[in-house]
Amino acid sequence: MLIGKPPDIPSSEITPQDQYNQYLNRRRFLRTAASTAVAALGVERLAEVFSPRIAAQAGTKLQTVKSPLTTTGEQLTSFEDITHYNNFYEFGVEKDQPAKNAGGLLTRPWTVRIEGKVKQPKTFDIDALLKLRPLEDRVYRHRCVEAWSMVIPWVGYSLSEFINQCDPLPSAKYVQFLSYYDKHVEKWAGQSTISWPYSEGLRMDEAMNPLTLLTFGLYGEVLPNQDGAPVRIVVPWKYGFKSAKSIVALRFLDKQPPTTWNDQGPSEYGFYSNVNPNVDHPRWSQKTERRIGQPFYAQRRTTLMFNGYGDQVASLYNGMDLRRNF
Amino acid sequence: MKRSTLILLKVFTWLACLWPLGLLLLGAINNNLGADPTATITFATGLATLRLLTISLAITPLRRLSPRLGWLIKFRRLLGLFAFFYATLHLLTYVALYAGFDVNTMATDIAKRRYITAGVAAWLLLLPLAATSTNWAIRKLGGKRWNRLHKLVYLAAVCGVIHYWWQVKPGVLTPMTMTLILAVLLAARPIQAWMQRRKARAA
Repeated sequence: MLIGKPPDIPSSEITPQDQYNQYLNRRRFLRTAASTAVAALGVERLAEVFSPRIAAQAGTKLQTVKSPLTTTGEQLTSFEDITHYNNFYEFGVEKDQPAKNAGGLLTRPWTVRIEGKVKQPKTFDIDALLKLRPLEDRVYRHRCVEAWSMVIPWVGYSLSEFINQCDPLPSAKYVQFLSYYDKHVEKWAGQSTISWPYSEGLRMDEAMNPLTLLTFGLYGEVLPNQDGAPVRIVVPWKYGFKSAKSIVALRFLDKQPPTTWNDQGPSEYGFYSNVNPNVDHPRWSQKTERRIGQPFYAQRRTTLMFNGYGDQVASLYNGMDLRRNF
Repeated sequence: MKRSTLILLKVFTWLACLWPLGLLLLGAINNNLGADPTATITFATGLATLRLLTISLAITPLRRLSPRLGWLIKFRRLLGLFAFFYATLHLLTYVALYAGFDVNTMATDIAKRRYITAGVAAWLLLLPLAATSTNWAIRKLGGKRWNRLHKLVYLAAVCGVIHYWWQVKPGVLTPMTMTLILAVLLAARPIQAWMQRRKARAA
């Protein structure tokens, strides 16, 4: 692995933070104004035209290294789009709500509990996790089950490195991820019938695959709240909802854990949810996807098996019927 | 009502109805339709359709509240046709940006994806209503037949709301507001008729 910093950008080239914030706020204002007027008959949104809300900005730079596991040949999705188009239903079910509502999520103090089939239950402080391994720049494609996709420059290290610190027992066949939930901070539960906290899970070999990323940042900075601060996982060959956000606990189990979307719609959201253009979602085809940030006439593209990561992960599913185990 | 007032109200209504389209066009020109412009266009046209349909369905119950609100009927056709206009834009968005004009894709979707079945059904129900919206058609059909045909708008609105429920993820409750408003407006009709009969009997 190469150890070293990416080349320094001359400071004259760096957009001053306040100018950048102004740029973001202006774009957000315009979009808010446009969407407000589009919902012209919805008076409740009119107020935002006159006083746009400022979303929480993470801003803190992270020291990162290059990674051989990064994806090349893709155009990165803009920071603006990655941080303002989110599915984070605890903060509201509309795509623009997490950026507006996630400001109340306090990311310090933060711990991750290790429970279940391990030698010894442990608790890790977030700052200890940040120092466990060098933080890598990993660009991954991100494919939502809703048939849109992004290309995101995440920052983190392989989850396997962390799992090794957890001392799982040989009986541990699955890992469950539990996300933060506090109804006083995440006040939008009434918009859906989901029971919280958000739960996701992986088979042990999926969790130990080097691609599975314990993620702390994006674009070289600490994760914004709406993207799953302060720590999340990213599993790039599965639909995005498998990449649990704002994780507070890992549970090692000998049985497949219940997962939130599988509970909500067992015929729509399988435990595996590998990106697979040959297996349709019951309500839409998964053969194509829309790339976020492209103009509407140029968005559609072909979906790749395992989101293009088949070389690294296909062997995990040898002999499995991926239509039954969707 | 003064003729000038009516003209003013009509102009305002036209502008209000064209407003969502105007914003979409502006957004398209400036590439400012958000991160997922296809989704933005889809939701904007779909919401406009449902909202205009709902408003047009509010006219008759409102008129029955007072004889002085009779003039509202002059706006019902305008709102209904604009609802059909946005429904057509919504359908064309699907055809162009989701199905890529591919007939096989569309046939499969309509057969297999129940929310698309409901959506296409809603549009097909609105089509004869739009086609018979002209004064000529009203005369040709005669008031009684025309009224019976146009009761299909209730079914179209219900299909539209079902389309919305079947489109969102299981457990998401966003269509609830629209559903409740529509339920009230549909219930208003039999309730008002019942109240009329009671008044007539009491007299």
